Amino acid sequence: MAMFDDAFDPGSRLTRCSCGKHASQTAHDAEAAGQRASAAADEDSRYGRIIDQAVMRALFPDDTTRRNFLKTVGASTALAAVSQFFPLAAAKEAFAAGTIGPLEKKDVKIGFIPITCATPIIMAQPMGFYSKYGLNAEVIKTAGWAIIRDKAMNKEYDAAHMLSPMPLAISLGVGSNPVPWTMPAIENINGQAITLAMKHKDRRDPKDWKGFKLAVPFDYSMHNYLLRYFLAEHGIDPDKDVQIRAVPPPEMVANLRADNIDGFLAPDPVNQRAVYDGVGFIHILSKEIWDGHPCCAFSASREFVTQNPNTFQALLRSIVDATAYATKAENRKEIAAAIAPANYLNQPVTVVEQVLTGTFADGLGNIRKVPDRIGFEPFPWQSMAVWILTQMRRWGQLKEDINYGSVATQVYLAVDANRAMREAGLTPPNESFKKHVIMGKEFDPGKPREYIDSFAIKRS
Amino acid sequence: MISSLRLRAAIVSVALLAGFLLLWHLGTQGTAPTANLDPEYARLMGATAVEGKSAFPGPAEVLGKFWWHLSHAFYDNGPNDKGLGIQLIFSLARVLGGFGLAVAVALPLGFLIGMSPLMHRALDPFFQVLKPISPLAWMPLALYTIKDSATSAIFVIFICSLWPMLLNTAFGVAAVRKEWLNVARTLEVGPFRKAFRVILPAAAPTILTGMRISIGIAWLVIVAAEMLVGGTGIGYFVWNEWNNLSITNVINAILVIGLVGMVLDLILARLVKLVTYPE
Repeated sequence: MAMFDDAFDPGSRLTRCSCGKHASQTAHDAEAAGQRASAAADEDSRYGRIIDQAVMRALFPDDTTRRNFLKTVGASTALAAVSQFFPLAAAKEAFAAGTIGPLEKKDVKIGFIPITCATPIIMAQPMGFYSKYGLNAEVIKTAGWAIIRDKAMNKEYDAAHMLSPMPLAISLGVGSNPVPWTMPAIENINGQAITLAMKHKDRRDPKDWKGFKLAVPFDYSMHNYLLRYFLAEHGIDPDKDVQIRAVPPPEMVANLRADNIDGFLAPDPVNQRAVYDGVGFIHILSKEIWDGHPCCAFSASREFVTQNPNTFQALLRSIVDATAYATKAENRKEIAAAIAPANYLNQPVTVVEQVLTGTFADGLGNIRKVPDRIGFEPFPWQSMAVWILTQMRRWGQLKEDINYGSVATQVYLAVDANRAMREAGLTPPNESFKKHVIMGKEFDPGKPREYIDSFAIKRS
Repeated sequence: MISSLRLRAAIVSVALLAGFLLLWHLGTQGTAPTANLDPEYARLMGATAVEGKSAFPGPAEVLGKFWWHLSHAFYDNGPNDKGLGIQLIFSLARVLGGFGLAVAVALPLGFLIGMSPLMHRALDPFFQVLKPISPLAWMPLALYTIKDSATSAIFVIFICSLWPMLLNTAFGVAAVRKEWLNVARTLEVGPFRKAFRVILPAAAPTILTGMRISIGIAWLVIVAAEMLVGGTGIGYFVWNEWNNLSITNVINAILVIGLVGMVLDLILARLVKLVTYPE
């Protein structure tokens, strides 16, 4: 189902062109040209429609269910019903203005953790993306995920770099008090790796990993879910056969050197740093588990978003602009030089450069060239949020089933990202739910419970 | 004789230091460079992995860096990268803030407890429970309730430097010699005058000794607290350099923390000496 389809039309086609609106690709291209011309004219109504539809899709991610529902009650009744529990009017209003209005707040503080995932958030400061939108932003280095969460919840930070599962966990009150949290943009995709200690260089098969002590940066992290998924697919029970502990990224290399852990699934530059110091080798990149998986996120409380809509828009556009800049391979070396100094990542430039350019030493004597080792794509796929929620449920972090789709939509602000990406000259996708393939297994966001049930190793 | 003892002690100190530095230097010599390595690959690797450089810095490297920090003590490259001097000022300000608050609470309360055996008995169990709590155990609670990391750091220092001062004040006040109090009573001295002219001078050495213990604890706590909440301060500096696995800078920070701690202790030791009286 595509973003610009009429979700309220029960008769809409389900087979489609790339956007899903047309019967064929030619018809799609012809109309796209015309649509771009008239886009400015009816932007308001179009964005209004997008919001209605995004909400509708979120509540009924499954096409067939939605169609049946609409057939039964009718489009206008459905819209009225949806408005009851989602503040559609407010969302549209905040979104309607084409240019950003006067900023409610010029001095903003943004917290980050010194890892390459935070690249857009960090580089936007030295490279002037925040100041372009009139923001006087300070990016503050923070010691760990729990602290960044607490500081963001205490309003010491206006916005923060978080792991993509954290806004979901905070909103649901898993591991903290429930506070409505939003995630308007993903920062990076891929860019993580499993690193093992040098002594394990001949034990590359995960089946031999029983008894390993492995580290992840945080319990509510993609790293944790990816590592668990990876192990479970190889028949290793992540709770029984190995020990997984949360270790802050800076301590990982030191712990690996001290032989306290056998390996970790960690964000860069930690993996590359372990190689650089001759402590470990890169077993696999996370893109080999799930190519295009989300990792870190740009996030803010719902309260901040509603009270400072203009500042929020300005922030989001700075981030999206920075992300657009970071996407281009030719800019990566410049970015590495900008974010490596002590004020930001505090790492040797060559380490950061190897991560960003994807030409890197693997620790075993080979130079690998993987240009998409890390990617920067801001669009917060809501289906990714559903996947994260299914893993939270799978490993018992969530005690009961929830409406996965609706939580995903409320937290992952696809609509805002969509708009900001357009402004930055990027092409956002036309939908916010899609199927993902993780280690060859398909995930359908419309069937979360069935997906969880399909795993042999699980806690629920 | 005394001067020669002093001289001999100095010689032994220097000899110990020299021996330590020599061992350190020898222990961090490193191994031979890794043979026949692809130069392209070597370029991507660190000195530890390729040149066989020891992962632990030698004394020359550390001292060189120390000189660099001394000569660049006050640079400011943005919110996350400031000179050691600036970081020290932040840490000292926090310590003095928390310590000052603790003094403001501990002295009056200590007086009250010292002068009233009832309150002493009544409050004692609470002190005994609260005293041994690790400063960092307070941290999550402080962050959660105060909702501000800067204030939380000060609170943690306050709560940890409070107990030694409070207990010492109470003890000092309670231990004022009965004869002096009796003399005061005979002369019909008013309660305030008695507190300030008799009890305070008599208990001052004990009180200041409590303060000396407290400032030591406060300085211990600040490093840990700043490592946790981050932002500024010498503790943050340690964490930031650890993040970079720069052991050289971490050792430098350790040296500086030790030196500043020693200075703080010396200042209070001098104050104790000032108020000490012969019995």
